[in-house]
Amino acid sequence: MAKGDPGVTTRGRRAAPRSKRATRTGGPELVQLLTPEGERIESAVGPDGTDYRVDFTDEEYRGLYRDLVLVRKLDAEATALQRQGELGLWASLLGQEAAQVGSGRALRTQDMAFPTYREHGVLYCRGIDPIMPLGLFRGVDQGGWDPNEFKFNMYTIVIGAQTLHATGYAMGVHMDGKTGTDDGEAVIAYFGDGATSQGDVNEAFVWASVFNAPLVFFCQNNQYAISEPLERQTRVPLYQRANGFGFPGVRVDGNDVLASYAVTRHALDNARLGQGPSLIEAYTYRMGAHTTSDDPTRYRIASEVEAWQAKDPIARMKAFLTKQQIADESFFAVVDEQARAESVHLRERVLAMPDPAPVTMFDHVYPHGSPELDAQRAQFTTYLESFEGSAH
Amino acid sequence: MATETLTLGKALNTGLRKALENDPKVVIMGEDVGKLGGVFRITDGLQKDFGDQRVIDTPLAESGIIGTAVGLSIRGFRPVCEIQFDGFVYPAYDQIVSQVAKMHYRSQGKVRIPMVIRIPYGGGIGAVEHHSESPEAYFAHTAGLKVVTCANPQDAYVMVQQAIASDDPVVFLEPKRRYWEKGPVDLDAPLSAAYPLHASRVVRAGTDATVLAYGPMVRTCLDAATAAAEDGRELEVIDLRSLSPLDLGPAYESVRRTGRCVVVHEAPGNLGLGSEIAARVTEECFYSLESPVLRVTGYDTPYPAARVEEEYLPDLDRVLDAVDRTFGW
Repeated sequence: MAKGDPGVTTRGRRAAPRSKRATRTGGPELVQLLTPEGERIESAVGPDGTDYRVDFTDEEYRGLYRDLVLVRKLDAEATALQRQGELGLWASLLGQEAAQVGSGRALRTQDMAFPTYREHGVLYCRGIDPIMPLGLFRGVDQGGWDPNEFKFNMYTIVIGAQTLHATGYAMGVHMDGKTGTDDGEAVIAYFGDGATSQGDVNEAFVWASVFNAPLVFFCQNNQYAISEPLERQTRVPLYQRANGFGFPGVRVDGNDVLASYAVTRHALDNARLGQGPSLIEAYTYRMGAHTTSDDPTRYRIASEVEAWQAKDPIARMKAFLTKQQIADESFFAVVDEQARAESVHLRERVLAMPDPAPVTMFDHVYPHGSPELDAQRAQFTTYLESFEGSAH
Repeated sequence: MATETLTLGKALNTGLRKALENDPKVVIMGEDVGKLGGVFRITDGLQKDFGDQRVIDTPLAESGIIGTAVGLSIRGFRPVCEIQFDGFVYPAYDQIVSQVAKMHYRSQGKVRIPMVIRIPYGGGIGAVEHHSESPEAYFAHTAGLKVVTCANPQDAYVMVQQAIASDDPVVFLEPKRRYWEKGPVDLDAPLSAAYPLHASRVVRAGTDATVLAYGPMVRTCLDAATAAAEDGRELEVIDLRSLSPLDLGPAYESVRRTGRCVVVHEAPGNLGLGSEIAARVTEECFYSLESPVLRVTGYDTPYPAARVEEEYLPDLDRVLDAVDRTFGW
C-alpha cells in the first residue's frame, strides 16, 4: 500500500477499519424522525440536503401503529403455522415492520411494488388479503396472483431478480408517458443487503440510471444475508453505492415508521415527477431467523439482538403515542384484539386451504397449452385412474 | 411486389419492421440494435424509423436485457430482445429459465411474458470463441419456453412475426451462417394463413431414409440429399423448425415409410436434441425401423478454434456417411 494511502497511518500501520459499532448503529447519516425512546424529531436532513418531515393527523399516527401491530401479529401467526407443520416455510419480517409499513403506506394507489419474499407488511399496506402469499409457503401454489390487479408483483425468491423486473416496468411507465406530473406513476423495488452483491441488482442500478426510470430502490438492510453479516457484502454504507450509479441515496432508520414513510414518499414523488431513480437504505435488523429453516444462534450473539430489541419499531411508536396522548390503553387493547381476531381468521383459512389436484401440475405451463403436455396429462390421468377401485 | 428475393438477414429485418408497424407495444432491445442496426444488421434502419423508444440500445448486460424485458412484459409490452451472440446468452440464463419461463406457470396463467429472445447461433463463419455455439438444448429442456429456428428467408420473415405475435416466451434461434443466403419471400401473405410456427415441414420428399435437421443444417442436408440422389438414393429431409415443442408427427410418418432415420445438428451430441428425437422416433416407429436412429452432430468438445470448425461441424459427407451406415445394419 502506497505511503499516504488513506488506509495506512503515517506510522505505516494499517488503520483500524471503521468500528463495527459505528456501522451497526447506522451512523450520523441516519434519517430519523422518531427516536427509539419515542421522542419525535421535527425534521431530518438527508445527505443531499433534503429536509424530511411528516405531517400526520392523530388518526394517521394511530393507523400506522395499528399497521405495525397487525403485520407483526400476522407474521407471528404464520411462524406458528410453520412450526405446527401447516406451512412448509416462512420468512418472517419480525423487526422490519416499520420499514415495510412506512414505505408501503407511502405508495400511492397507482404505484407498483416488486417485493422479495418477505414483504408481507408492504402487501398488507397495499390492502391485499394477507392470505394471498400463504399458498406459496404452504405449498399449494407458487404465489399465483396478478401483479397488475394488486399493483404488487408476485414474490420473487431468486435474490435480486425482481429489481430488473421493476426497472423494466418503470421504463414502461416512462414509455407510456405516465411520469412528469403529480399523479404520475412510480415503482418501488424491494431487496435486502445480501442482494446488493448480485449482478442483477447492479445491472438494475445501471439501467434505471441511464433510462431515468421512475423507480425507488428500497433496500432493507437487516444486517444479515442468512448467516453472512453486512461486512461480507460491502465496505461502504450501502446507500452510498447510489453515488457511483448517478442517483441519490439515503439511509433511513428502518425501525422508524415515520422516517421510512417520509423518505419513501419523497423518493416516489421525485420518481413520478420524472426525476429518476433513487436508493433508500432502510437500516434495520432481522430479529428472527432468515426463514423458519434457519438457526441464527449459530452466527450472531444474544447481546446484539438485545441491543436491537431496544430499538423496536412498535415500542417506540407506542411510547410516542402515549407521551403525546394520541392514544391510550383502551386504543392499544382494541388494536391487540383486532390483531388477534385477524390472525385467528388467517389461521382458519390456512387450515382450510385444499391441496391442489395432482393433475393441475400440468396447467398453465403455456398460455395456449402444448400438445406434448396434453399427452403427458392424459397419460398421467390414465395412470391415476388405474388405481381406482384397487386396495392401493 | 408480393414476392421478393431477400437474404435471410434482410427477411428478418423486414419481418421485424412489419411487427413494429402492426403493434405499438412491440419494442426491440439489445446491444447495438439502434444506430448500428445490430452487429449483423438485422435491425438496420429500424431505430431511424421507429425511434429510440421502440428500438432501444441497452447497456451491455444480458441479464439486464432479459430482466427488464420481463418488467416491460408485465407492463403490457411485447419485447423483442437481441442477444448479440449465442455464447453471450449465459449471463441472462437465470432470468430466462427462472423468471421468463416460469412466470405464466407460477401466476396460474395471470401473467404472460410474450417475449422473443433472438439469438444468432451456430458456427461456420470463422469466428473467435463464444461466437459459434448452439445452446438450443438448454432452452428446449426448460418448460415454459418455446424454441424455434428458421432455415430459409421465407420462414425467417414469417416465423419472427409469429414468434412476436405469440403469447409464449419464444427463444428464436437464427442460423447466423445462413444470414446471407437468398431466397424468395412472399411479403404480402397474411400471417393468419401462414404455416404454423410450431410445425415441422418436409422440405424434400424421399423414400429411402429420413433426415431430420433444423436451422443451419437444413441446407447441409438438402445438399446431401441432392448428392445421394445422384447415387440413386432418395432422402426425405424434414426441417423441424420448432425445437420446443417438437413436431415429430411428419417424422414418424416418414420413418414408417423409409425405416431409416438420421438426425443432424451442430450442437454436441451428448444429450442434444438428437438424443430426445432418437428416443421418440424409436418409441413410435420401433417396428418400422431397419436400423437404429443415428445422430450426426458436433463433437462433445467446447466449440473448437475456427481453423478446425469445418471438421467439427456436420457436413454433407458426414450426413451421407451416417445414411450409408443405416443401410449397413
